[in-house]
Amino acid sequence: MQQPIIRALTCGSVDDGKSTLIGRLLVATDSIPQDTLEAARFTRRSGSTIAAGEVDYSLLTDGLEAEREQGITIDVAYRSMQLGDDQRLILADAPGHEQYTRNMAVAASRADIALVLVDASKGVREQTQRHLTICSVMGVEKIIIIINKLDQFDYNQDKFNEICNQLAPVITQLKLVNPTFLPVSALYGQNLASRSEVITWYKGECLLELIKGFKPNKQVANYPRLDITLNKNTPSGRVIYGRVFGGSISNKDKLQLWPAKKTVEIAKLFDISGEVQSVGDGQSVALQFTQEIDAPRGDILTSPDYPLEFNNRFKAQVIWLNEAPLIRSRSYTLISGVTNVAVTVTSILRQHNFTSSDSSVSETLAVNQIGVIEFVADSQVALETYSKSKEFGNFILVDRASKESIGAGMVIAALGSGDITTHSYQIGKQQRSAQKQQSSKVIWLTGLSGSGKSTIANELSNQLFALGKHVYVLDGDNLRSGLNIDLGFTPADRAENVRRVSQVAKLMVDAGLIVIVALVSPYLSDRQRAKSIFEADEFFEIFVDTPLEICQLRDSKGLYKKAKDGKISNLSGVGQEYEVPTDPNLVVDGSKEVAKIVKEIMEKII
Amino acid sequence: MASGSLVLAQLESEAIEIIRHTSATVKKPVMLYSIGKDSSVLLHLAMKAFYPAPIPFPLLHIDTTWKFREMITFRDQISKQYGVELFVHTNKDGVAANITPFNTGISEYTRVMKTVALRQALDLYGFDGALGGSRRDEERSRAKERVFSVRGVGHSWNPRMQRPELWRSYNSLLATGESLRIFPLSDWVEADIWQYIYQENIPVNPLYFAKVRPVVKRGEQLIMIDDDRYPLNPGEQPQQIEVRFRTLGCYPLTAATQSSAKTLPEIVDEVLNVKLSERATRLIDGANEDSMEKKKIEGYF
Repeated sequence: MQQPIIRALTCGSVDDGKSTLIGRLLVATDSIPQDTLEAARFTRRSGSTIAAGEVDYSLLTDGLEAEREQGITIDVAYRSMQLGDDQRLILADAPGHEQYTRNMAVAASRADIALVLVDASKGVREQTQRHLTICSVMGVEKIIIIINKLDQFDYNQDKFNEICNQLAPVITQLKLVNPTFLPVSALYGQNLASRSEVITWYKGECLLELIKGFKPNKQVANYPRLDITLNKNTPSGRVIYGRVFGGSISNKDKLQLWPAKKTVEIAKLFDISGEVQSVGDGQSVALQFTQEIDAPRGDILTSPDYPLEFNNRFKAQVIWLNEAPLIRSRSYTLISGVTNVAVTVTSILRQHNFTSSDSSVSETLAVNQIGVIEFVADSQVALETYSKSKEFGNFILVDRASKESIGAGMVIAALGSGDITTHSYQIGKQQRSAQKQQSSKVIWLTGLSGSGKSTIANELSNQLFALGKHVYVLDGDNLRSGLNIDLGFTPADRAENVRRVSQVAKLMVDAGLIVIVALVSPYLSDRQRAKSIFEADEFFEIFVDTPLEICQLRDSKGLYKKAKDGKISNLSGVGQEYEVPTDPNLVVDGSKEVAKIVKEIMEKII
Repeated sequence: MASGSLVLAQLESEAIEIIRHTSATVKKPVMLYSIGKDSSVLLHLAMKAFYPAPIPFPLLHIDTTWKFREMITFRDQISKQYGVELFVHTNKDGVAANITPFNTGISEYTRVMKTVALRQALDLYGFDGALGGSRRDEERSRAKERVFSVRGVGHSWNPRMQRPELWRSYNSLLATGESLRIFPLSDWVEADIWQYIYQENIPVNPLYFAKVRPVVKRGEQLIMIDDDRYPLNPGEQPQQIEVRFRTLGCYPLTAATQSSAKTLPEIVDEVLNVKLSERATRLIDGANEDSMEKKKIEGYF
């Protein structure tokens, strides 16, 4: 059976003839309105050699104003074409420049087919390799390498073979399975909508035939999985909503509900048109169980024999999409379909030249780089391997502070969950706090070196102690001589530093103490993670706001002088960024007297 | 779906997944309801997405005070029929300043009465996610837009730096001051809309069906005279011509097309054989070369 909607991406730069090729496909599939087509007969770019009255196909896909100014594609444009009776092609036209690799990844993530353009007059270029790499990493099933502009070489077969041979080592290296090489001239419409009559030595199908004939490598077994999107109480009982993948489900089916591992029976099945007997692969569905069972968003329904595994440690290949690098030990939000979980990056292996054989351990991954990362999630999740399931093996990483999508991940393997069972003890935080007649909490002082954090912490601790409170100070500098002796000052080490200090503070809060943390903690997302492990009324972030000039003047540790002399490069506010808190509980002016600052904290927080 | 097109079935399932994801993850969503055919389809999909539960968010209509009268009647009837709450917002400052389609230029009128009005309404009610019926095939800047499209402070769109959107792992998280526009019909084309309306028997506005209506000619465009506010030339009498509308908007700015398509099958047939782009009858889009992109950057839908 033909696939109703086929998604393809095109990659190549504007001068590879990509716009012309897409324009030709649009016209051949009757997807261009008459007025747009007429306009393309008489509008011309400067330097165009196409005769007036002829259609300039490259004009049919003009994009954003900024793109026309710069003559490049910045972002993906989506265009739909009717391929035939009840078959649709959605073409994602992706940018070719390295700077916009993230947008190519966007297009590749959902593509069944990649159309990779190579300009015969320029041969194989670095960007061709990058495009093939991304298609390979993201698992695009069918790759068609279009060797264009063969009209400039009189459709010479040797020229075509020369380029195929140039690409052979890349294809082997990337383990691309049977890519198709297609000789074309987009300008003259050869081998696009119909088989060329001038490229006589090529006996294969033309581009449209290749696209229409796409057959997905679907697994044959019926292994339905439905991740629950919504759960609503209605007058007729509780209703579960989701979308089925990998098989079909029917009324009266017995399914497994995860992570509870309960067997549930379907009592009613609504597809979106009303009550039905069964729903198939890819369909949105609503259902009710025979018993009243709570199955919130994120729970999973599968067939009883589905080999689903929950883990919290994973290894994945990641394409980094953001200007700010991926940093080891930092925490990110992972989104995969309906799954949303905090994860910490535990190791990074950066891949050079896009191959795993040539890689090195790294603390960071920069924009457009590809690496293999290991991470640990805050809770057990049912991610699958990407090679087995694109739907349930993909994820994006989101910055905890800016909420930007910054990384694209493909799971390679689960690394188990350590088989750790936590024990619960009868005496808890409440009892221990009550015994000390206080409510345990963390006062987290963040600010530049020399801003006065330790001085404030000391005075605050004195006053609380005098009031009979049980209080302890975790001072960043002091901890670095013991617990954190192995850590330096790179962003990755700082992330780990904040993580350890916050975990120690959590133990102390659990022990019923009031904990004062004095730590530069310069990054928003690290502080946000620290905050996230506490209850809402336990964590108080205080920004010690002291102008850099005053900190430099104080320079009690001589660090600013060292930075000025070029002896250290990682000082927050000088060689490294200090990200000012966006939503602190309190901002104190660190240039004021300590007594006044502490009084303010005592009044407002304690 | 019992029968019908497999392409439509898949588009429908994907749109419903997007609507459900919005409801599950956005704090205070709203559905923009423009009374047109795309809004009709979107509303129908929302009903299906939550069935047998009711639609969990309200509708918002931006009323410029220049809509066709039949649109307003239809709007009120539909919100009752679907049992969904409807908010109507008009930019009162624009009305007080007597901004009309005739006296300030079309661009300024659109900015004040549509774009600014929309921003006002979203801020007034604190909606942080607005579902809309825009499609990528409508216009070239829309062809570039994400499904979950982030708007910055002031509802502005930055087409050069859109949030990457991969697989179906949609990111609907927002930083302070940001909001979302969500487009479940992104991958639909005009013919899909009509075929779906036909297949599902979705109520659409009577203005889409051909009927003899009073029109005047302005350039190549046929404008229907919906009330006595339209300035006629001296001695001019509207002609009675059989016309229908391909898109709906403010009546002085939305041209009719000559057509005799009186039934849904006739409209589907007409759309499949169409020779002009859909927005060609929209006077506001022709105001300048990049008008849609510019309007979107300012916060237009």
